[in-house]
Amino acid sequence: MRHVNWERIVSVLLLAPSAIASAIFVYGFIGFTGFASLTKWNQLVPDFTLVGLGNYRGLFVHPRFQIDLRNTVVFTVLFLLSCLALGFLLAVLLDQRIRGEGVFRSIYLFPMAISLIVTGVVWRWLLNPGTPEGGSTGVNLLLESIGLGFLKWGWFTDPTVLYIRPESGIGQLLHRVGLGMFTSPNFGMSVAMVSVVLAATWQMSGYTMALYLAGLRSIPDELREAARVDGASELQILRHIIVPLLKPITLSAVIILGHISLKIYDLVVAMTGPGIGFSTDVPAYFMWETTFEGNRFARGASIATILLLMVAILIVPYLVSSTRREAQI
Amino acid sequence: MSKRTLFRLFLALTMLLLVGATVVSATPLPQAEVVYTVKLGDNLWTLAKKYLGSGTAWPAIMATTNQKNIADSTFAYITNADLIHPGWKLLIPSAEAAKTFLATYDRSKPELLFGKRAKGQLVIGSWWTAGGEAEGLAGMFRIYKTKYPDVEIVNATVAGGAGSVFKGVLKTRLIGGDPPDTFQLHAGLEVEGYSPEQYLKPLDDIYTAEGLEKAFPKDLLTLLKYKDHYWGVPVNIHRSNVLWYNKALFEKAGVQPPTTFDEFFAVCEALKAKGIPPYIMGTSGGWEATHVFEDVLAGTVGAEKYRGLWAGTTPWSDPGVTQALENFKRMVSYANADHPAIDWAGAAQYLVDGKGAMFIMGDWANGYFTSKAFTDYGWTSPPGTKGIFVALSDSFALTAKAPNPENARNWLAVCGSLEGQEAFNPQKGSICARTDCNPALFNAYLQSAMADWAKDAIVPSLAHGAAAYESWVSDVKDAINLFITTGDVASTQKALAAACVEAGICK
Repeated sequence: MRHVNWERIVSVLLLAPSAIASAIFVYGFIGFTGFASLTKWNQLVPDFTLVGLGNYRGLFVHPRFQIDLRNTVVFTVLFLLSCLALGFLLAVLLDQRIRGEGVFRSIYLFPMAISLIVTGVVWRWLLNPGTPEGGSTGVNLLLESIGLGFLKWGWFTDPTVLYIRPESGIGQLLHRVGLGMFTSPNFGMSVAMVSVVLAATWQMSGYTMALYLAGLRSIPDELREAARVDGASELQILRHIIVPLLKPITLSAVIILGHISLKIYDLVVAMTGPGIGFSTDVPAYFMWETTFEGNRFARGASIATILLLMVAILIVPYLVSSTRREAQI
Repeated sequence: MSKRTLFRLFLALTMLLLVGATVVSATPLPQAEVVYTVKLGDNLWTLAKKYLGSGTAWPAIMATTNQKNIADSTFAYITNADLIHPGWKLLIPSAEAAKTFLATYDRSKPELLFGKRAKGQLVIGSWWTAGGEAEGLAGMFRIYKTKYPDVEIVNATVAGGAGSVFKGVLKTRLIGGDPPDTFQLHAGLEVEGYSPEQYLKPLDDIYTAEGLEKAFPKDLLTLLKYKDHYWGVPVNIHRSNVLWYNKALFEKAGVQPPTTFDEFFAVCEALKAKGIPPYIMGTSGGWEATHVFEDVLAGTVGAEKYRGLWAGTTPWSDPGVTQALENFKRMVSYANADHPAIDWAGAAQYLVDGKGAMFIMGDWANGYFTSKAFTDYGWTSPPGTKGIFVALSDSFALTAKAPNPENARNWLAVCGSLEGQEAFNPQKGSICARTDCNPALFNAYLQSAMADWAKDAIVPSLAHGAAAYESWVSDVKDAINLFITTGDVASTQKALAAACVEAGICK
């Protein structure tokens, strides 16, 4: 056999180490976590007796985990909306070929270069509300001194949970149509989460702006020119030409920001902790505590698996569709 | 690059990887060890070649001589293998002994060359990274260093209040089979969380050798025993139930330190009427609320029932628990609104700044006040806990797979010794676990704590791992954290009862 394909062999050899490493350290460990979540390993010494889905059943009736799921959904929705809105707005403004665009772009993008831990600590100081007796601090003090004192509130120390009260009109309506379960605080929103969303948005909106800006720059000027010739207003151009053409960008942004927000941990640790009455608790935090403080390794593994599934639901369809598109090309 | 060249390159690389170690063979030579005096021109290599058959056997001469030096200082102590001086007395081992030594010799472990005195490392895990704690630990390190100067102490600390972060790191290392030699452990039932039969070594022999059973009080020994063994050597005792108050603010409002809950709430009202924030909490660390709750619980149900709650002899449905939850709820209603934003130290600072009058926290707060040069404070027991000492203690444990078990045992002896405890505790702001420490070394607060320690009923702290299993503590913490916002007494009591069942103590 003279005609051995050396190039192929070499490429396989070169790829083998990283393929093996990720097979073990990524997929192997995912598999192990999934397996551990089905076992009785709820003390330090591993116990691999299978208990089926018992750990998952326990989790979904656990009051703290229910709150965590609620918080994750609230955080993801608010964070995505605010990041996309703010990022898009900044990108459109920057796209007006203003003077000093580079400076502004760097300023907006810069927070992304900072670790979430730093962001968390700084925003924790900024949003510390102070006490009625000792006076306001941070942002509350700022609001007070510019005459907007009525806007100050407890930020992440406010334990209020907004939800549809069963006794309210909508609550009774829901009860009547058999959706009474939605009138519990577990389908509400803890207002303390707004503070975390604020910090996260500050960090990531610049990144969203960069994505949108790249998208805007790739829209050929001819399209706008043509629309203008047809008599479209700038607003109509935005609505009917730019926004639809930016759809792929929005999708990428949703995927990237979405998986960050589902897994969010460091920001919460540095900024608020689980919060009063778990108002800012997230599954990842509960996972850490239950695993390493409560020694419930199987339960921790279950939370990890649920997190993985949530992220997978977000990412897998995107991956599938993008591979298909590549295959078509 | 052609494909063939590339392939050859691969082949060459593979060959390189396969190159093994060189093999040294020795010819039979002298059977006994030889005392040799160095002459001009000698070096270890030539001596090894002459007496042991191969120059590569030089580490055997170095190690044997250094070992001899410890017992007999007329022999040389070689610190640099390339540098021996004429007139030095060396001890050359027998060929047999040299062979045995070389078989175990490992070039990556140079300490093998320096005799038994230099015994490598001592890896100590703790969460003492700041303030008086770190200084106290350094004090014990100094004592250890004077006794064992050649041991390198590796201080494997991980910051984070009450060890919340450290424990995660530690448990990963324990399960992974790479533990530190010794680590900080709350004395009491927390040890259950470490599965001691598997991951730790019982320390009964150290207790016997160092006479620790006589040095520690009986209540503490009971607390330390788990499954009939001692698993840790305690270095200190902290008191959880202390009510700190700002004297100036108390004077301003004309109130006296409260002793019962009724008095406490009356004092709160009086302070509030004067515009003084009556009661301060900081709960951002996640454990502080449970800490206060344990003191309220002990103060409401009393020492006997409190002990019973953890032993399964007092049911959690007891009306005393209901009352404790009510008391706690009312106490929280007087607390500063921003308590979720600050930790215990932040709350202590409110007391220092005169922004709050009362504060319930363990006696490490005393160390905080001292560090801020704040003196205008007083202390008493929180409502209902007069005569009760809610105790917690830091101890050090020995891991089963400790890489340096001998060094660790020496460390534990220092931890238990009078000298070690007197170096540690005044700095840390705690009292000695031993009963024979000199009170003159301690400040006024600690002296009062020492007096109480000797006469009060000692009950274990929950929030700091003494009273219950870690998983149980975790459940209680969750329940109390929810309770602060919901204020739902009935469901919280139910959750507490369920936690006891889950822990396997209640039925």
